[in-house]
Amino acid sequence: MSADTATNGLVFEARGITKVYHMGEVEVHALRGVDLTLGAREFVVFLGPSGSGKSTLLNILGGLDTPTSGHVLYHGRDLTEADEGELTLYRRRHVGFVFQFYNLIPSLTARENVALVTEIVEDPMPPEEALRLVGLGARLDHFPAQLSGGEQQRVAIARAIAKRPAVLLCDEPTGALDISTGIVVLEAIARANQELGTCTAVITHNAAIAAMADRVIRLSDGHVASVEANATKRSPGELQW
Amino acid sequence: MVRVAPLDRKLLRDLVEMKGQALAIASVVAAGVAMFVTYHSNFDSLRRTQGAYYERYRFADVFASLKRAPQRLEERIADIPGVAQVDLRVVADVTLDVEGYDEPATGRLISVPAEGRPRLNEVFLRQGRWIEPGRPDEVVVSEAFANAHHLVPGGRLAALINGRRRELQVVGLGLSPEYVYIIPPGELIPDDRRFGILYMERRALGAAFDMEGGFNDVSLSLVPGASAEEAIARLDRVLQPYGGRGAVPRRLQISHWTLDNELAQLQSFGILVPAIFLGVAAFLLNVAMTRALAIQRPQIAALKALGYSNREIGWHYVKWSLVIAFAGALVGIGGGAWLGRGMIAIYNGFFRFPILLYRLSASVAVNASLVALAAGAVGALLAVRRAVRIPPAEAMRPEPPARYRTSFVESRGLRLTHATRMVLRNVERQPARALATVVGISFAVGILLFGFVFLDAMELLAEVQFSLVQRQDVTVSFVEPASSRALHEVASLPGVMAVEPVRTVAVRLRHGHRHRTLALSGMPARPQLSRIVDLEGRAVSLPPEGLMMSRILGQVLGVTPGDEVVVEVLEGARPVRAVKVVGLVDDYMGVAAWMEIGALHRMLREAQTLSGAQMMVDPRALDALYRRLKALPRVAGVAVTQAARDAFRRIMAQNFEIITIFNVSFAVIIAFGVVYNSARISLSERSRELASLRVLGFTIAEISLILLGELALLTLLSVVPGLLVGWGLSLFVLRSFSSEVYRIPLVVTSANVAWSILTVVAAATVSGLAVRRKLDRLDLVAVLKTRE
Repeated sequence: MSADTATNGLVFEARGITKVYHMGEVEVHALRGVDLTLGAREFVVFLGPSGSGKSTLLNILGGLDTPTSGHVLYHGRDLTEADEGELTLYRRRHVGFVFQFYNLIPSLTARENVALVTEIVEDPMPPEEALRLVGLGARLDHFPAQLSGGEQQRVAIARAIAKRPAVLLCDEPTGALDISTGIVVLEAIARANQELGTCTAVITHNAAIAAMADRVIRLSDGHVASVEANATKRSPGELQW
Repeated sequence: MVRVAPLDRKLLRDLVEMKGQALAIASVVAAGVAMFVTYHSNFDSLRRTQGAYYERYRFADVFASLKRAPQRLEERIADIPGVAQVDLRVVADVTLDVEGYDEPATGRLISVPAEGRPRLNEVFLRQGRWIEPGRPDEVVVSEAFANAHHLVPGGRLAALINGRRRELQVVGLGLSPEYVYIIPPGELIPDDRRFGILYMERRALGAAFDMEGGFNDVSLSLVPGASAEEAIARLDRVLQPYGGRGAVPRRLQISHWTLDNELAQLQSFGILVPAIFLGVAAFLLNVAMTRALAIQRPQIAALKALGYSNREIGWHYVKWSLVIAFAGALVGIGGGAWLGRGMIAIYNGFFRFPILLYRLSASVAVNASLVALAAGAVGALLAVRRAVRIPPAEAMRPEPPARYRTSFVESRGLRLTHATRMVLRNVERQPARALATVVGISFAVGILLFGFVFLDAMELLAEVQFSLVQRQDVTVSFVEPASSRALHEVASLPGVMAVEPVRTVAVRLRHGHRHRTLALSGMPARPQLSRIVDLEGRAVSLPPEGLMMSRILGQVLGVTPGDEVVVEVLEGARPVRAVKVVGLVDDYMGVAAWMEIGALHRMLREAQTLSGAQMMVDPRALDALYRRLKALPRVAGVAVTQAARDAFRRIMAQNFEIITIFNVSFAVIIAFGVVYNSARISLSERSRELASLRVLGFTIAEISLILLGELALLTLLSVVPGLLVGWGLSLFVLRSFSSEVYRIPLVVTSANVAWSILTVVAAATVSGLAVRRKLDRLDLVAVLKTRE
């Protein structure tokens, strides 16, 4: 099986991406030539240990960072050619992010955190609907500090999907959560993938989560180590870790 | 319900979260804006009132006095190119006797037509009626004088007119643009009790002073664009044969000149003082924003990931400081309007306008807000730009741990406690922040020192003027210069213990193209009563030949000792002589020129004449003396030193004590704002560290030492720069305050220094303790859980 699985057309096509950080006098090679493609409606899990380059790859796909060399095509448009303003628009219109530490705005309620996004995009879903989709329809006016970790992460997911993004990028979404909470969060992500048809990429170092993906891409030391397609996807509820 | 964008809600809630700091910064902004509004609204109100008054009451452009000229000269004066209107008057100073007031007062009689109104320098009638034709004893009295003596229309006062006591009847109270600021002749400070203006019918005054068909005073108005200098030169030529004493332009007319000086001062204060406050506020905002943005790093990253642009995020944070600045501006405008109203009330005691209303114009309020917003934007912009520019992927990661190194003091091999070490390393790690705090506190110290110095300087000025310079108790001036016999007459008046002659003569001093008209005083070589004293408090003696003058007059004329000036005498035979300037004196008040009295006599080629005398009087005999003086025909004016001193004190008390209260409260606001802000930032940066120490078993007192030790250190470091700021500020303001009216000496006493430091230390302590209280409520578990 190749890295190309173009079930419903390509969303991302990455060619030879490298990323070098300069930390003081040390050069860190986070990515050393990564090629991959992601298809529409696809659910991909990136697996790999800490320092394997997963987050860097995700940040580059999401337009938060730019590669040192190589090209990333999004629907045929080269993101590496885009300037900061174009990347901002790209993130605004097409990408939904979910982070390990949620990154909610603590001074805004759940509803307002979602509205932060629906304010600036065309044709969003109402914040209330996005929150209902992640099972938080009853906690609209709670501040982050009044929500559990899992609930906060679901607000972050609602915030990411409320714009009906083409791409949903999740960086260790369950990393800070216990099992049962993690499953609820993963269910919300899977649901967004299925119901909205969003191309979804989830980073994790938890191999168990790989079972719910269409494809599993393993990274190691800045390389793609392996790509596997799952014959049968499991639902989050069936996962065990 | 109003829909508020989520980012704006975030803004409001974030501000509520940092309300203590926001309040501290907004107070500093408010103080600056309040000063801006106070000064500018007063400037505006005075300027408008002045303009309208001058126009409606036809304030003249040129003023001249002379001995006597025939009325027929009017045509020649009117023919001077550029002259629009001519008003010829009779003006004479006389001694007044007002019931219930022991001291003799001086009245300036000014002739006005009984029918119709004066062509120039029209009188505004506040109360009563205009004089009626054929009633020679009716007068309209200047309002300030009337109020000081509770005179109302129908009241009476006596005047010694040309040697004869005359009862005058007050029919009205009036005001004139010529006397907005009224000071007794030859003095520097207004005294409404001792000097008044009396408007009297032309014919009555002409008869009393032998001026029938003649005049001794000219006012001119000029057509727009005409040169006052040229008109003056021509007028002087016309008046010269008639004893003209040199015409002056409106610019040098004493009332106008004082008012203009005041306006200029308001304007320069209106820039300087707000600039200091808003500069400090911008500083504070910068520091506060830098810290707030560091805390919000993950939020900035999230907003970027969500697709917010740098500009949107930047604007969101700039709005923070704009909201703070605007809130400060609103309070400041309110406060400024209140203070401004108070200041106008003070001005109403100084300047006599028919109506001087306080007006806060929209443009002043708008400008004040704009200036405050600009300060807010500048303060925020640098911090925001830095924070927003971080690439989103980097902002996503927590801020790298701060880099510490061993402090300078430690590297010198000193053994320090842990707490001291932490304090020192923290200060050295962020030198820019430490510097900002030091600069802020320094300004607080400086503003205080300046306030105290200013008050002391006024005190010193009074002390010098009334204890070293004017040691005479009473000064009399004669109607006409008199022979030396008059000195004996004065010496034999009741209670007089010592007497010294004075010969003053109107002259125009000329040096190259520069000239100045003033009274040249002839005095004994070493006068014991009215002395010349320099800035060091030393009495200056007059050399047997040559001219001495105030240094400021030397500057006006561009002369240094050794130069010759041309003295054009404007009285008597009007000799013109070249006289050598033998010395410049750094004196405190006024613009003066002196000669040894014998040298002056020789220059005038006259015998021992005197135009007045200084007296030292037995206080028990004062009443008797006053009674005699009020009846002496020779006497035109009497000045009482104690009364002048009291008037000076009244004015100082009214004016400068208020300014000092402003200074102290504003300095406290700055000190509190700066220290509170720094303390809050330290607390927010180091709460994890401090909580960790608490978990390890440190007491609250011990961790307080670490937090407050840093502030104490910075406050101490601010003392010396603060004193320098205060010294520089005092020097600058006193210099800009210095005018021909007075030069204020800069004297910094140890008491001033001590009070400035103590006040700021107290303000710093209070604000440090306010933050310290938060340490009691440090939630150890929660703080340790927070992700930094």
